[in-house]
Amino acid sequence: MELNELSIKLATFEAEGVSFESFLIASEDEQEVLQVIVDGNDELPIFVTRTDEQLLCISYLFAESEIKVALKNELNEALLRLNVPIPLSAFAKIDDKYAIFGALSVNSSFDDITHELVTLADNAIDSLDAVTAYLNE
Amino acid sequence: MSILKKLFTAVRGGAREVGESIVDANGIRIFEQEIADAQNALQKAKKSLTEVMAKEMQCKRKVSALNSSISEHEEYAGQALSQNNEALAIEIAEKIGDFETEKAEQEQVLSGFSNHIVALKQQVKEAEKTIKENQRQLTMVKTTESVQKATMAVNSTLNTNESSMTSARASLDRIKQRQLDRQDELSAAKQLESASNGDDLKAKMAEAGIGGSNTKNSDILARIKAKQGK
Repeated sequence: MELNELSIKLATFEAEGVSFESFLIASEDEQEVLQVIVDGNDELPIFVTRTDEQLLCISYLFAESEIKVALKNELNEALLRLNVPIPLSAFAKIDDKYAIFGALSVNSSFDDITHELVTLADNAIDSLDAVTAYLNE
Repeated sequence: MSILKKLFTAVRGGAREVGESIVDANGIRIFEQEIADAQNALQKAKKSLTEVMAKEMQCKRKVSALNSSISEHEEYAGQALSQNNEALAIEIAEKIGDFETEKAEQEQVLSGFSNHIVALKQQVKEAEKTIKENQRQLTMVKTTESVQKATMAVNSTLNTNESSMTSARASLDRIKQRQLDRQDELSAAKQLESASNGDDLKAKMAEAGIGGSNTKNSDILARIKAKQGK
């Protein structure tokens, strides 16, 4: 599914009380990115990018500089251990930001994509809530 | 070196811009060229394979034709001998010798073809493997590149956006506050609804013992007792 098509579909979609806002981010490099806000939580937007094979849904959680230095290894280890149990999503690091992401096949249905987005949004909030102890006050 | 290993090394080396150090347009072009070359090789190998297989079949047919000719002529030679016609038998035997020479030649050609087929099948397999492997690596390179570009695009929007300035903690607090607000709104709406239905007032009056339409059992009993008393 093309990102602009996805954006249009998301605008009119509502299920289980969840609604989506989305808009395309213009890019000079012709790499389209769709910013998706699930349920009004614009603090944790999801960025959807398309490659030849995958739809990548990425949500940035916190910057490396926000981690309490003494607890950094412990946090990294915890995130590695959580990668498997956490549904559909995995933790990642992009540049100096920690992120949570999900990857879908480009042939995924619209339902698959919305399910991924809703799950990722929930996972992002839950993860952030779970790791606040590791972050600076 | 595999792409993943290169990426890993770059990450370990502390490279922030992981993609940039490895993923250049040139690298991608080389991969795509390798895939195209392998696909060409595959096409050629498959074409030669069908040709050689056809030739092998022709050759096999020739050998079996020669075999039947040989046994046929052995029969003739036998008949000539039983007629005591030694001269003819020798002539037939010579013919058989010719057939056998040709058969030996054809068998040699046949084994050449068979070996060629084995080699071509191996080539096809290898080309297919190379294509698959290169495509997998190319996917990794391209994904890295896409994420890189997407990150750049995201960063440029985030930097113009106030939310990027806030910490993760602050974001979480705002989200939690919003969730609380929503719950409050929901329960407020419920209150409002029950108030407008009059449920609320009735409940309060009943609590105060006012206006209850249901007369209490004790009151009824008292009334009956009062009647009996008269």
